[in-house]
Amino acid sequence: MSEDFSDIIDQYQHAPGPLLLVLHAVQRKFGFVPAAAVPYIADRLNLSRAEVHGVLSFYHHFRQAAPGRHIVQVCRAESCQAMGAEHLAQHAQQRLGIQFHETTPDGEFSLEPVYCLGNCACSPAVMIDEELFGRVSPEQFDALLAERGGD
Amino acid sequence: MSAVVYVPRDAAALSLGAERVASAIAREAKSRGIDVTLKRNGTRGMCWLEPLVEVVVGSERCGYGPVTERDVPALFAADFLNNGAHALQLGRVEDIAYFASQQRLTFERVGVIEPTSFEDYVKHGGYEGLRNAIRMQPQEIVQAVTDSGLRGRGGAAFPTGIKWKTALEAPAPQKYVTCNADEGDSGTFADRMLMEGDPFSLIEGMTIAALAVGATQGYIYLRVEYPHAERTLAEAIQSAYKAGYLGADVAGSGRRFDLEVRLGAGAYICGEETSMLESLEGRRGEVRVRPPLPAIKGLFGRPTIVNNVISLASVPIILQRGAQFYRDFGVGRSRGTVPIQLAGNIKRGGLVERAFGVSLRDLLYDYGGGSASGRPIRAVQVGGPLGAYIPASQFDTAIDYEALSGIGALLGHGGIVAFDDTVDMARMARFAMEFCAIESCGKCTPCRLGSTRGVEVIDRILYGVDRDGNLRLLEDLCETMVEGSLCGLGGMAPFPVRSVLKHFREDFLKPPTR
Repeated sequence: MSEDFSDIIDQYQHAPGPLLLVLHAVQRKFGFVPAAAVPYIADRLNLSRAEVHGVLSFYHHFRQAAPGRHIVQVCRAESCQAMGAEHLAQHAQQRLGIQFHETTPDGEFSLEPVYCLGNCACSPAVMIDEELFGRVSPEQFDALLAERGGD
Repeated sequence: MSAVVYVPRDAAALSLGAERVASAIAREAKSRGIDVTLKRNGTRGMCWLEPLVEVVVGSERCGYGPVTERDVPALFAADFLNNGAHALQLGRVEDIAYFASQQRLTFERVGVIEPTSFEDYVKHGGYEGLRNAIRMQPQEIVQAVTDSGLRGRGGAAFPTGIKWKTALEAPAPQKYVTCNADEGDSGTFADRMLMEGDPFSLIEGMTIAALAVGATQGYIYLRVEYPHAERTLAEAIQSAYKAGYLGADVAGSGRRFDLEVRLGAGAYICGEETSMLESLEGRRGEVRVRPPLPAIKGLFGRPTIVNNVISLASVPIILQRGAQFYRDFGVGRSRGTVPIQLAGNIKRGGLVERAFGVSLRDLLYDYGGGSASGRPIRAVQVGGPLGAYIPASQFDTAIDYEALSGIGALLGHGGIVAFDDTVDMARMARFAMEFCAIESCGKCTPCRLGSTRGVEVIDRILYGVDRDGNLRLLEDLCETMVEGSLCGLGGMAPFPVRSVLKHFREDFLKPPTR
């Protein structure tokens, strides 16, 4: 694992203000930023562990634990609320049997809230693994999960 | 001869199945032995018609929409390649009333061209502005932008030319041009649509800005929620380098400009310019105390221009057609055009670019067609989660910075979110505080603690606990946040709350919910 971190840091070390670039690259590779990466990154970028942890924990996008195989983001911002997003959010939690910020016990789906996907003329919006969906009804939500192996 | 068919690659169109439609067209053409060239454009902004398929017939583009993959065999059967009659036939796309009545300047090419084709961009007037700018002195470029009357389209409405002048006059060995593409306001998608539909106009705008202030490095700070825009920008930047329009010798001018996309990481606050700069430097997105202004001491301590996507993408046409051309659009101190985004509970959601001065009512009903649910529109939130809720009695207000601030509202980034009469406005006020609590950077107390206390006070009102006292407390709290916060997040989150207290107070006084 530390060789992986090392390769990533080699790639970005000389970029100005490299920490976010490094964290993005680590998360792209592992799906999250493993705890072991923090002291390693801190050492190589000449930062304190607190600084790296501070950045890691500040941004909603960075995860500190492994997510499910699929990441399901349901928009909860105003435009989607105007089109029934709260109902959809309730439905999503019920359907998956988990709350927001949780992963299903079989490790298939992580459910995350998101505040705007920029698809506001087609609310409510959902993003699954960077694929965007508009005007998502509860029935369509179920179909999207089924296509991805959710029963 | 091959028939040419356009299917949008814009994220909104893709979210409604455009990719499957494109595949179905290719498949059906093959099985019928018809030679079809599929081109992928951005969206025209008529999102309710997406996926909107356009067929080139002679010199016209004829539309069909909204098309699903199931419609494709029937479209071929109806000879849609020759504008054949079909239930989804729309006729000439430019003649559709929603589109025909717009004044497309910044979005002139969006939906028309292939976004990442350098040749297509140049063929449609691209880089004429830059070529003019290369022949001008930096002061003349700044003067043209000042004279155009362009004000920051991100939301702050600060005159762009004045910002540029400050950066131009700040001596430094290194300056930066940064683009704020952290479009986090709910109800807005103009930046995304522009970046996905005409990324070169942003690249050209940033290049002109760099020539104007003497910057050699640019960054586009893009929100991570926009993976489609990221891919489109990356492709376009690569093409611009290849064509010699970025790099060591921009278009033969002898001037260097390098451009890079940096991704945000899901923090709304990073749309605030100083917190965006912190994030670009690889730190927590905590706001900086101003002064110093970023134009004097910005990224890595150097003079830095921070402009929104739409502001920068409006620069090429100003340099191409002249400042006077641009400022002839608009009213009062709001010059030029503005892309209005119709969102939420609206029948015909999408993007409308018009000169300033059009009324909310015209936008909601003439363009938007009323609510999607068919019920009366009770309120609209203009300008994102920090914007006021406006009641139906004020729908005659014009889209104009000053007219909106006159009724205690703001234009922000131009998003309009419509709500029908089933909305509980007290819940929306609570959400404004809740959102502020989730997204506060934590640096200043009024925002960090005030927003959490705001949620609690609203809950007590809804539960029926000492309603009069808590309503007074809420007004006090709003005042403290507005006056005491470091930036617009804590300083403006009370705007929607106050607007609900003013226009929809009855929703706070319904029978207690517990």
